[in-house]
Amino acid sequence: MNMTLRSIVLIFATTLTSISAILAQEDLLSLLGEDEETVDYAFASFKTNRVINLHSLENTSAGVLDIKISHRFGMVNTGFYELFGLDAASIRIGGDYGLTENMMIGIGRSSFEKTYDGYVKYRLLRQSSGAKVMPITLSYFTSIAVTGTRWPNPARENYFSSRLFYTHQLIVGRKFSEAFSLQLSPTLVHRNLVETEQEAHDVFSLGMGTRLKLTKRMALNLEYIYVFPDQLEPGYRNSLSIGLDIETGGHVFQLHFTNSTSMIEKGFITETTGDWGGGGVHFGFNVSRVFTIRRPNIKD
Amino acid sequence: MKTIIISGIFILIGSISTVEAQKYFTREAQVSFFSEAPMEKIEAHNGTGTCVVDFSQQRMEFAVLIKAFQFEKALMQEHFNENYMESHKFPKATFKGQIIEPENIEMKPEAQDVQVKGTMTIHGVEREITAPGKILFTGDKVSVSSTFVVAVKDYEIEIPAVVRENIAKEVEITVEANLEPLK
Repeated sequence: MNMTLRSIVLIFATTLTSISAILAQEDLLSLLGEDEETVDYAFASFKTNRVINLHSLENTSAGVLDIKISHRFGMVNTGFYELFGLDAASIRIGGDYGLTENMMIGIGRSSFEKTYDGYVKYRLLRQSSGAKVMPITLSYFTSIAVTGTRWPNPARENYFSSRLFYTHQLIVGRKFSEAFSLQLSPTLVHRNLVETEQEAHDVFSLGMGTRLKLTKRMALNLEYIYVFPDQLEPGYRNSLSIGLDIETGGHVFQLHFTNSTSMIEKGFITETTGDWGGGGVHFGFNVSRVFTIRRPNIKD
Repeated sequence: MKTIIISGIFILIGSISTVEAQKYFTREAQVSFFSEAPMEKIEAHNGTGTCVVDFSQQRMEFAVLIKAFQFEKALMQEHFNENYMESHKFPKATFKGQIIEPENIEMKPEAQDVQVKGTMTIHGVEREITAPGKILFTGDKVSVSSTFVVAVKDYEIEIPAVVRENIAKEVEITVEANLEPLK
């Protein structure tokens, strides 16, 4: 009797323990409850901070220096004698630097009109999902350009201010999916001196840029800038560019065809003369190489 | 007879309560990895790993958010997420396993070598792995640590030819966690 009871109790006890063990065979991590939701910022909407000529939604990261060598060959319609433009070249050497996660600055020197330029780009809103939802990225861009060519008419009184050009631009856009990003860039270019009275000092335009990711390391970019009518002399055209971004580790190569010669806002928006229909396009490339200047504080 | 039943119940309650007290956790596990290739050393840290260990059953589970790995080079971090780990598709890496050695771990205040066996899931690919580790009980806390090597191709992470000199085929992963009792 005593033996049976004892064994019953024993069996009972073992069963209970094993039941509790079975119950405990649940997902251990689920015992901690739901994960705290984090803010997921959209990243890599474009491969670099430029679509082709236009500034993209992307900023250079804080503490990172991005050296950019940009090149536009001559126009393709110059024919075999000029090796379809490859004999001529226009170049901009520049550097972009991320001061903070949201603010970047840059300078550059273009051979076209021997122009120096400097800019500030500030990200006001950043697309995100998760704990904080923001459907778009919005940045403000402003630049100043100083042309360096000798005065065409040295006899008259020339002012330094006549060399100055200012640009104000909003960049608004969204990375819709891993493959597709789209942005609009309403822009105002102010020119202190224009050639004729008919030309506007303030030129309003609307830029559009898009990216279609083809593979993990290649993307197709397209940009078009519509200049509102009756601001420029006849003969000036809207800038249209199509390009391929190829990324290899620390470099991004942007290869493209564009009807703009200049690589800065006041140039490619208000001084584009190339005609796509007549082969008035340049083959060109931007090479970007990043260097980490200031290391981020990595929390351990 | 009564005494037997009563003592049986006490044993039961006692064993249940020890089961309860043998679960430990943290949300601040340190996970880092290191890759050394001819051209480049790559290192990344993540201090937000979650871990739960149930010593009564010798089971443990780890989870780590891929996006939370921090690199010295911002572009590297972007490529890690975008091209290699595809963190938008596979946001987490997890490990679920069993302490297989020793068979019955003692909760004593000295470092013990252990072997852990289980399923590692990285980049959506599940692999059975065995890794060595250390466990140390101090007061009501437990620290666990482990260093092991994973082959990148085991988890179907492609390394293109152009960066083969920059990214090693094998990556060393270090995990360190200080666990507290889970109540």
